[in-house]
Amino acid sequence: MSDVAHEGNSGVPPEAEDISWRQRYWKKNLRLMLVLLAVWFTVSFGFGILLIEPLNNIVILGFPLGLWFAQQGSVYTFLILILVYALWMDKIDDEFGVAERNDEGGYK
Amino acid sequence: MTETQFWTFFFIILTFGIYIIIAWRSRVKETKEFYVASQGVPTLANGAAIAADWMSAASFIGMAGLIAFLGSDGSVYLMGWTGGYVLLALLLAPYLRKWGKFTVPEFVGDRYSESVRLVAAICAIVVSFTYVVGQMAGGGIVFSRFLGLSIEWGVVLVAVVIFFYAVLGGMKGITYTQVAQYTVLIIAYLIPAFAVAYQTTGIPIPQISYGQILSELDALSAEFGLAAFTEAFAGRAGGQVDVFLVTLSLMLGTAGLPHVIIRFYTTKTVRGARYSAFWALFFISLLYLTAPAVGAFTKLNLLQGVQGQSPDTLPNWINTWGATGLVTVNEDAETIQTVSNIATSGADLIVNNDILVLASPEIGGLPAPIVGLMAAGGMAAAMSTAAGLLLVISSAASHDLYFRVIKKTGATDKEQMLVGRIAMAVAILVAIWAGINPPAFVAQVVAFAFGLAASTFFPILILGIFWKKANGPGATAGMLSGLVFTSTYMIYTLEVFGTGANDHILNVSPEGIGAVGAAVNFIVTVVVSKLTAPPSQVVQEMVEEIRYPQTRAAARS
Repeated sequence: MSDVAHEGNSGVPPEAEDISWRQRYWKKNLRLMLVLLAVWFTVSFGFGILLIEPLNNIVILGFPLGLWFAQQGSVYTFLILILVYALWMDKIDDEFGVAERNDEGGYK
Repeated sequence: MTETQFWTFFFIILTFGIYIIIAWRSRVKETKEFYVASQGVPTLANGAAIAADWMSAASFIGMAGLIAFLGSDGSVYLMGWTGGYVLLALLLAPYLRKWGKFTVPEFVGDRYSESVRLVAAICAIVVSFTYVVGQMAGGGIVFSRFLGLSIEWGVVLVAVVIFFYAVLGGMKGITYTQVAQYTVLIIAYLIPAFAVAYQTTGIPIPQISYGQILSELDALSAEFGLAAFTEAFAGRAGGQVDVFLVTLSLMLGTAGLPHVIIRFYTTKTVRGARYSAFWALFFISLLYLTAPAVGAFTKLNLLQGVQGQSPDTLPNWINTWGATGLVTVNEDAETIQTVSNIATSGADLIVNNDILVLASPEIGGLPAPIVGLMAAGGMAAAMSTAAGLLLVISSAASHDLYFRVIKKTGATDKEQMLVGRIAMAVAILVAIWAGINPPAFVAQVVAFAFGLAASTFFPILILGIFWKKANGPGATAGMLSGLVFTSTYMIYTLEVFGTGANDHILNVSPEGIGAVGAAVNFIVTVVVSKLTAPPSQVVQEMVEEIRYPQTRAAARS
């Protein structure tokens, strides 16, 4: 692990004793989480189960839309949600100067 | 030896050889390697390993067949077994990785109390064990159908190979073998699916092209007395409420299953845990998005193949599979009029859900090497899941029970490894026995494992991370009430342990009760925690600590 700053644009590494950043960090994390979970619920339980019958009246490429959400669309949505979470948390980590990406390989 | 058998032998021997070579190269010497692969697994590899670990014989062999007959309602499995990863990625994986130890019982032990740890260890063993038995039985079916081996020898052979790489390599050996197994199983699943899609529609992308055959499939299904594929809430007796609850139960269960959670301990960083969840779901979705297409295409081919045929002129695959007893034909029927997947339905042709995927290359008329590849894929799915589960059983039995209850202090690293390996070996022996003599309730394994994971682990893990005031007495009471509530309802509605099956209350099926059990657990934990003293300052500090990444300043000091 290198101590040289790779923290991204605006980030200044916080001191260990200063913990006021933690509340802001946690708040941002929670807000992101709640938004993503709302989408998670709407697409899977909303479109795929509660509203499946009305949505089935719309047919695209042979798929009744409700069925498509239940068997395909929701899974695509889940994937995107997890990716958005991982990328957005990277951004938040950068902002607070606590990114770990140098330890991970992956991309820089 | 038939051509199919030759290719099956070829692929099984080839793939087993690869697994054993990988296992030998990644054998381990330390406890940390044995349990969490020294927390050095790269994100992409961890994702593939989680996917193989997750996709069991049920996903590979059973799911498409289930969806073929359940139709629209088959989505409970598709959404339930993938949506849980969103919960894992957002609510559990990063925090459990930050806290970073070996097992799930260990987390709840540190967070709550030693008694919670014991209850959790026992739950982890029970959940994982019921699951392992299903894998062993699944592997046995593949061997008996394709190689003419007896189910007994099939199970023993599977167990010997797993024994070799799991005992030798622990988490490290299992992880890298699983990466290979994922590759085998996904190739085996996708090749026939793409081929059948191309044959039927001219578009080789099954996920997109199966829409085109849906109206034809609905019409043909009606002709044979089956429910329409596209009709919502036709496949399950409980209707919309039940579909909702089953989906939720499977999601919460997915997020609470110990053998999935511990995989997030093996990454290098918290960030690695987040991306592992993404790659895991990516690899899983390759199969899950294909499964409904495979179900629809195979059902269409099946119905077209038997339409207007008499029992003597049926396609060949019905004879070869007839030997396993999983396909039965009414020899007195003039032509096949009705088709069903239910053994007691009295239909002219009865096809068990479990054979649709394995037989799909034959039903679609694909060449012998593909049939052989399918067998190797089914084995890979069963073995990779069994190995992951055995590791949980071993770690819970040695790390959380033996070294906490029997030998509390002074265990050397060498001793811990030895006990872990012995526990693994014993678990495999019991699994062989249970795979050969499957208990009567194996068919209900899915309902049991997921319902119990949802109603015991999920709520106390979430509360443990997000609510500092959740305490030991609360978690103990919550876990036990969730466990008792859920298993009581399952025993009440299912024929297990010799009890009779009673009617479902309020249309809630035993598969869906886990979500209600989770709510019970949640409420009890909150109420009891409020009534008793809050956890110590040390524990509250710990909860605070897992929420934030390590700062560079802290990392240096």
